[in-house]
Amino acid sequence: MLKINNLHVQVGDKDILKGLNLEVGPGEVHAIMGPNGSGKSTLGYSLAGRDGYEVTDGSVLFDGQNLLELEAEERAAAGLFLAFQYPVEIPGVNNAYFLRAALNAQRKARGEDEVDSIDFLRAVREQLKALQMDDSLLKRAVNEGFSGGEKKRNEMVQMAVLQPKLAILDETDSGLDIDALKLVAEGVNRLRNDERSFVVITHYQRLLEHLVPDQVHVLSNGRIVESGGRELAERLEQEGYGFLSPEEDAA
Amino acid sequence: MSQTQQQVEQLIQSRYKAGFYTDIESETVGAGLNEDVIAMISAKKEEPAWLLEWRLKAFHHWQTMVGPNWAKLKLPAIDFQKIHYYAAPKQENRPKSLDEVDPKLLETFDKLGVPLHERARLAGVAVDAVFDSVSVGTTFQKELKEAGVIFCSFSEAAREHPDLVREHLGSVVPYRDNYFACLNSAVFSDGSFVYVPKDTRCPMELSTYFRINARDTGQFERTLIIAEPGAEVSYLEGCTAPMRDENQLHAAVVELVAQEKSKIKYSTVQNWYPGDENGKGGIYNFVTKRGDCRGDDSRISWTQVETGSAITWKYPSCVLRGDRSAGEFYSVALTHNHQQADTGTKMIHLGKDTTSKVISKGISCGKSQNSYRGLVRMAKRADNARNYTQCDSLLIGKTCGAHTFPYIESANPTAKIEHEATTSKIGDDQLFYCRSRGMDEEEAVALIVDGFCKEVFKELPMEFAVEAKALLEISLEGAVG
Repeated sequence: MLKINNLHVQVGDKDILKGLNLEVGPGEVHAIMGPNGSGKSTLGYSLAGRDGYEVTDGSVLFDGQNLLELEAEERAAAGLFLAFQYPVEIPGVNNAYFLRAALNAQRKARGEDEVDSIDFLRAVREQLKALQMDDSLLKRAVNEGFSGGEKKRNEMVQMAVLQPKLAILDETDSGLDIDALKLVAEGVNRLRNDERSFVVITHYQRLLEHLVPDQVHVLSNGRIVESGGRELAERLEQEGYGFLSPEEDAA
Repeated sequence: MSQTQQQVEQLIQSRYKAGFYTDIESETVGAGLNEDVIAMISAKKEEPAWLLEWRLKAFHHWQTMVGPNWAKLKLPAIDFQKIHYYAAPKQENRPKSLDEVDPKLLETFDKLGVPLHERARLAGVAVDAVFDSVSVGTTFQKELKEAGVIFCSFSEAAREHPDLVREHLGSVVPYRDNYFACLNSAVFSDGSFVYVPKDTRCPMELSTYFRINARDTGQFERTLIIAEPGAEVSYLEGCTAPMRDENQLHAAVVELVAQEKSKIKYSTVQNWYPGDENGKGGIYNFVTKRGDCRGDDSRISWTQVETGSAITWKYPSCVLRGDRSAGEFYSVALTHNHQQADTGTKMIHLGKDTTSKVISKGISCGKSQNSYRGLVRMAKRADNARNYTQCDSLLIGKTCGAHTFPYIESANPTAKIEHEATTSKIGDDQLFYCRSRGMDEEEAVALIVDGFCKEVFKELPMEFAVEAKALLEISLEGAVG
């Protein structure tokens, strides 16, 4: 599904990712952990195609395509989704309209018909219910005046409606209380199947209790320095990132 | 391969869609402005003598005036002797009904999306179609007459309802008011006339579509709307012109008279040709619009969506004379390429407990300059008058400008005036958020701008809100990147 080879990314004139390798198979959930400043969010933005995140070396294959050749919107249409750490507010644009415009843009790019409004509303309402969000959310402007938790859950609604092949969750758990955390985890678990893959970027182990990953990676100073099973996350929780060598921790 | 072709087609289509020219034999007076020209316009329209006198008084006064220079506009000198002041499609006799109108004219309005013939008319909207200096026809006149509403061209009103016209013409915008209003008073050609009798709610939306077609002509329409006590009317105007390298002048006057407890809602979707991407051509749009809330508890609401014209200079205003009368101004002004807009409103509070609300949304892109200029004046006897003004500017790109010039004058200590202003840019984060969900950049910009304008769009009648939104999307094309 996703194959990252020796990825180097520069932001401004600063090297952030310095030869990152990662392979995620279909249906797999991979967790990326690491200290602040290690390059976790940069990884998410680079994969989603944000301007200003310049790939200076390496390659990324997504579902057999060269991901780095695609514009951000083309990546979305190809099935890549990034759940933002800080979802953006768009005043005056209601949520339902936004989501439908997004879905139809993707469908159009894939040569599919636009979605029927009744089917669309039904699908969205279902997701809202699952994430215990009120229908009134559809009429509110995108993320405007939402609480931190609502914003994160709204990202999960979008993910569920857009049905990506690969979802990258950038610290979706941060700022959530335990109930919201469980809802988010359930939201992801419901979407898990043999095809769909997830890259879960997180600071804490607690999300991984509800969202059991196939692999855990430790990102430090722009590289994956350690990979393992769930037990690696537990070890990090107990020991912190201290077992990483000091110069790598310095980033 | 077919996709590329589609893209090309879309691109061509999405340019200024109304930029075509109708090849029709036209009757034009020679260029230049003098008493003979004015007398000829008046004679063509078979006007009563007093109206010609009024025009000439205006002309003599105009000759003593100089053009305004206080707006934030780079305005090239206009040679008023090079303009033709009257142009009309040639016809033997004045057509008695729409069936007698030249099919080429009907076709033109068809193409502009304003079908006039019976079978294709917009449901629930009566249209007066003005082509250069004359009205081509007005739909649903019979139905409106049954309700007691008069909706016709200004020329027809001057012939058929001279007393009403004489009583109200110039009563809101006197001919001496300002340079362009004065010019208009001397040479005005067609526009619309609306009269809604006492306690009558106009049964349908009224709308005028203004089309400039002939070369080197100016359009000087005059619109007068009278709402008697308890009357209600919603009126909308739209306008377009062919694409030309030369600039053309449009100087209109609109007067609204709102008697006691009446309501007038006036909406504009202005899409005059804006000029090309290098700033060549386009309409100079100098318009005086004013509503007089003459009666107690009357209400006038202006909504405008301004996307066209090379230069826009207009300040739809309300004189809140009656106690508890209310004025509103909702505006979206978008400027692109080399367009310049200096627009806003004046809310003159004279009566007690009068209220006004101003919501202005300016969007600037390309190398354009966009200014909001607004006056709120509280007169001495305007006890407890209130105004709320919100003025937001959105910048797209780095080479455009947004400016705000609020003027506040209060002579009454009980008056309350609130003014809020913001300036923002479309954020990279907003754009990336939309793109990461699958929208391309243009779609994303259109979506964000649409959200920015939401408060104004919701004031437009439904059919026109959709049109305004589409127009904005087209006008934004190429604004980013």
